[in-house]
Amino acid sequence: MNEITTTRHNHMIDPSLTVWGWEIPVYLFLGGMVAGMMLISGYFLFKGRHKEDNCSCYYLPYMSIILLSLGMVALFLDLEHKLYVWRLYTTFQITSAMSWGSWILVLVYPILIVNIMMRPPKIVEEKLPILKEWKNKLLSHPLLIKNIGVLTMFFGAGIGLYTGVLLSSLGARPLWSSSILWLLFLISGLSGAAAFVHVIAKNVYERELLAKADNAFLIVELFVIALFLIGLKTATEVQANAADMLLFGDFASSFWVFVIGFGIIVPLIIQLLAVNHKIHHTPIAPIMVIIGGLILRFIIVAAGQYSHWYALN
Amino acid sequence: MARYGMVIDTKKCVGCQDCVIACQAENNVPQGFCRDWITTESKGKFPTIEMEIRTERCNHCTDAPCVSCCPTGASHYHDVGGVILVNHDECIGCKACIASCPYDARYVHPEGYVDKCTFCIHRVEKGEDPACVSVCPTYCMHFGDLDDPNSDVSQLLKSRKYHSLIPEAGTKPNIFYLT
Repeated sequence: MNEITTTRHNHMIDPSLTVWGWEIPVYLFLGGMVAGMMLISGYFLFKGRHKEDNCSCYYLPYMSIILLSLGMVALFLDLEHKLYVWRLYTTFQITSAMSWGSWILVLVYPILIVNIMMRPPKIVEEKLPILKEWKNKLLSHPLLIKNIGVLTMFFGAGIGLYTGVLLSSLGARPLWSSSILWLLFLISGLSGAAAFVHVIAKNVYERELLAKADNAFLIVELFVIALFLIGLKTATEVQANAADMLLFGDFASSFWVFVIGFGIIVPLIIQLLAVNHKIHHTPIAPIMVIIGGLILRFIIVAAGQYSHWYALN
Repeated sequence: MARYGMVIDTKKCVGCQDCVIACQAENNVPQGFCRDWITTESKGKFPTIEMEIRTERCNHCTDAPCVSCCPTGASHYHDVGGVILVNHDECIGCKACIASCPYDARYVHPEGYVDKCTFCIHRVEKGEDPACVSVCPTYCMHFGDLDDPNSDVSQLLKSRKYHSLIPEAGTKPNIFYLT
């Protein structure tokens, strides 16, 4: 027998930690999507695909800015002391993943704006003719565009891995104590972004390419999830207990059905059939991938808060 | 530099909650919240069952994850005794420190900032004991400098068996329980 009773009754702490609600998973999901979009867009720039008039690298930066801003709104809504949010930018705390993230987010905006400068909105361009000059200058320097592509990929990867590192740096929660959580969130963000671009891409080549790439990302994601769970199961007892929550416990049904089943395996089968021309491309599979990625974040955030060192006793 | 800590004699603690009430009164802790609390742990197999009653709070860890994860520096080591404090007007309420604490010792104050035990630093700096220590009717709580070999707390740790909470979390807690 091992029984612990406590008189503590703090809101959002007891009986189990629930300090992070819907806002953080939504932010992590949108951050992951933006990361994936920046990696894809940056890759297209690097490969010189901007020469194609309907290349997705022209509209992905717009979507990235919108989604990233929505994510930051979610993050802001989560803060309990909202009027003090500016304190994030009066200091840089080298040991804090959140401090790194807040500064990375600030650096990402200029990169996305430079991306947008390659094709600014027509209304803005008409009002500010100088933008047209800048656009022409940018487009006449292929090497510069390559470098912008590399920077876009670099900062995209930065956001993607930061969303995982944010959680895994909080060692008090055994489920998050994994050195590959960043990889899981990065690859999940990539698969979600590839699915999204696959649906909206106007360029047929890009649509086909991203459907194939998404299949590869989903297969890698399955391996990373397996490694994540194996890593936890073979670590300390509390981490093994945390993995059990996903494998057999309270979160198992939603994890297996919505993340693994409808989020990865079913869309993977549909997309494999589609790229082999057995069935037509439909938006069903990509939508399933995107929703699966969102549910993955919800489960990891909720189950992580539920996992605790006291499970050892 | 001093390293303030507590030594709590679980053989004397009766779980009366005087320390909890004293803390709430001294620090104006909002209703429904607590900076310290009583934990009762029973373990073993009949007939060899053991029960430990102990008063718990922030462990003012030497390697505090709440300090290292704070994005604004609001959570910090105080100059006096390495006590972990939160600057209310630097805290943005992101709750990363709450998620990083293996002891769940923090909570969000209704005014928005994160709050926790301060070892009653305002009293300690005047040479007094923390409120919880000063009211304990069984004298089970001891406060002092763990780095001073002649302090009351160091002497107790030399003479008795003790344990800390979740040492495997690696945070080097500074509250010890005599068994």
